[in-house]
Amino acid sequence: MAGFSSSLGAAAGDAELARLLAAEQQKAQLQLKVHGFTELCWDKCVEKPSSRLDSRTEACLQSCVERFVDTTLAVTGRFAQMVQKGGH
Amino acid sequence: MDDFSGGPIGGKVDSGMIMEQVKLQIAVANAQELLQRMTDKCFRKCVGKPGSSLDNSEQKCIAMCMDRYMDAWNTVSRTYNSRLQRERAQM
Repeated sequence: MAGFSSSLGAAAGDAELARLLAAEQQKAQLQLKVHGFTELCWDKCVEKPSSRLDSRTEACLQSCVERFVDTTLAVTGRFAQMVQKGGH
Repeated sequence: MDDFSGGPIGGKVDSGMIMEQVKLQIAVANAQELLQRMTDKCFRKCVGKPGSSLDNSEQKCIAMCMDRYMDAWNTVSRTYNSRLQRERAQM
């Protein structure tokens, strides 16, 4: 998404600018994750679009995000173990 | 030459303008992401066998779908940010 990096600010010799740019980049990366989760969880949780999001759908969306984060942690954790044991 | 001191980054107009540009570009890219994904999802939900035009029910469905998709986006955003804060608090 954002192709810049804080090295732009560093190159300009402005530490404050570098810091601000890095912060914006991080925010942008978070936004992109939210886009990805919304796509995934929409498919899992939303049947027919109606006049509002009912509480069941809301709960499903929340659980979906939490379980995806859990899955990420589980995958990276186990993968690290596998690599440590010398095979993958 | 005017003195532009007192800006948010110690008076450097260039830095301020760069940050404004950057934030604007990010906002535009974010909106494009939203539109692209929302269009995809709502096409799938609302348009069955494609006809020669979008009929009334399809158009109504698309409008509702857009609202629900943005509701969903907000829910996901809130949930994800809360979770991140919880994870950070444990570190």
